[in-house]
Amino acid sequence: MLHRLRNNDSDLQSVYARKLALQVQEIEEKETLAPGNVYIAPPNYHVLLEKDLSFSLDSSELENFSRPSIDVTFASAARVLGKGVAGILLSGANSDGSKGLKAIAEKGGLAIVQDPAEAEVATMPAAGLRLTPACRVFTLQKIQDFLTSLL
Amino acid sequence: MKDDQEDLFEQEVEALITAINAHYGYDFSGYARASVYRRIRRFMDNKRLPGIPELQQAVLRDSYFFEGFLQEVTVNVTEMFRDPSFFLSLRQHVLPRLSTYPHIKIWDAGCSTGEELFSLLILLEEEGLLKRTKVYATDINQKVLKEAREGIYPARSIAAYTAGYYAAGGKREFSSYYTSNYGGIKFNSSLLKNVLFYPHNLATDFSFNEFHLIICRNVLIYFTRELQEKVYALFDESLVPLGYLGLGKKETLTLAGISKDFEVIDKSNRIYRKIR
Repeated sequence: MLHRLRNNDSDLQSVYARKLALQVQEIEEKETLAPGNVYIAPPNYHVLLEKDLSFSLDSSELENFSRPSIDVTFASAARVLGKGVAGILLSGANSDGSKGLKAIAEKGGLAIVQDPAEAEVATMPAAGLRLTPACRVFTLQKIQDFLTSLL
Repeated sequence: MKDDQEDLFEQEVEALITAINAHYGYDFSGYARASVYRRIRRFMDNKRLPGIPELQQAVLRDSYFFEGFLQEVTVNVTEMFRDPSFFLSLRQHVLPRLSTYPHIKIWDAGCSTGEELFSLLILLEEEGLLKRTKVYATDINQKVLKEAREGIYPARSIAAYTAGYYAAGGKREFSSYYTSNYGGIKFNSSLLKNVLFYPHNLATDFSFNEFHLIICRNVLIYFTRELQEKVYALFDESLVPLGYLGLGKKETLTLAGISKDFEVIDKSNRIYRKIR
């Protein structure tokens, strides 16, 4: 999930695809979550997860001045995946995602924030840590190790 | 994986959907659930309702309250020239073809409060087609249709709309289309001369005319695959041969049953044409 300009196409997907051995794609509505894929939230839509693991897109009001909002997606993933989801908040300039991270922790999932001391903009991970004090605080290196361990 | 509390909420929502259909005739059974759950939670938070049973009681007892619920659950958020490239593509690829018809009929399905409608009307005006085009603007929601008919929008949106207008190939001064007053802008009513507003529920209502172009953007994302199939068939039935269909940026005909009857005119802007 990345906050970015609305009404703009971007090359984000190909930027990631070039660096990763995984399949990278911008989410199409009703697409089903499949293993070994990296999904990028499309600009200007909220992303929700259905019980059958398909994505629903939603162009309703901004949340935390954001669409896509991390809170919306995290809360939805927490409800559907429970213990089976990990949420990671990285560097960011507002507190979007902190409520969603809390929802993930409450449903037994893994809540992680980037170490605010290391983050380029600490606001987002710091807000996550404030709302979920028990979450794990990882450096980028540790986040990378964690993600690699999932593969 | 999921807890009992979630299960109970979901069961109660299903019961609510059934009750609303029986009582008011609005069928939400084909709406994608993740979004419905979120809209309902949001509405309950705003109204400070503790649970679905209380919501159900209020909704069934009070039709005015139900109107508010309907507004919330059917997302009405929209803007002018959303995805300007879509409107530019209409201008470049679709309107020149439509101009070969003596009379043009367009259906703006799910027109909400009218921002998309006025974007379209401005395009038609600039391409010299407005006078011979009838636009049917429909929505499930009567209240938003009334707002669309008024054509009044908050002045704070002007900067974004003006940028969208030029990005969509705007040829004039955007400000020539509206008058400013009391912190709002009102679009010239002459634009609406050939517009007909109707309540229409895509989930349950039938085809009512034949069109050269149907625009339905960011409406189908709220529907399940099954209901989407039904609506695509409705659009297919409602288009003239070689008629055009314009969808939202993330909506696609690729997996739809009717896709074999359509060709892609502009892939990234999701514009299709009926060829069979």
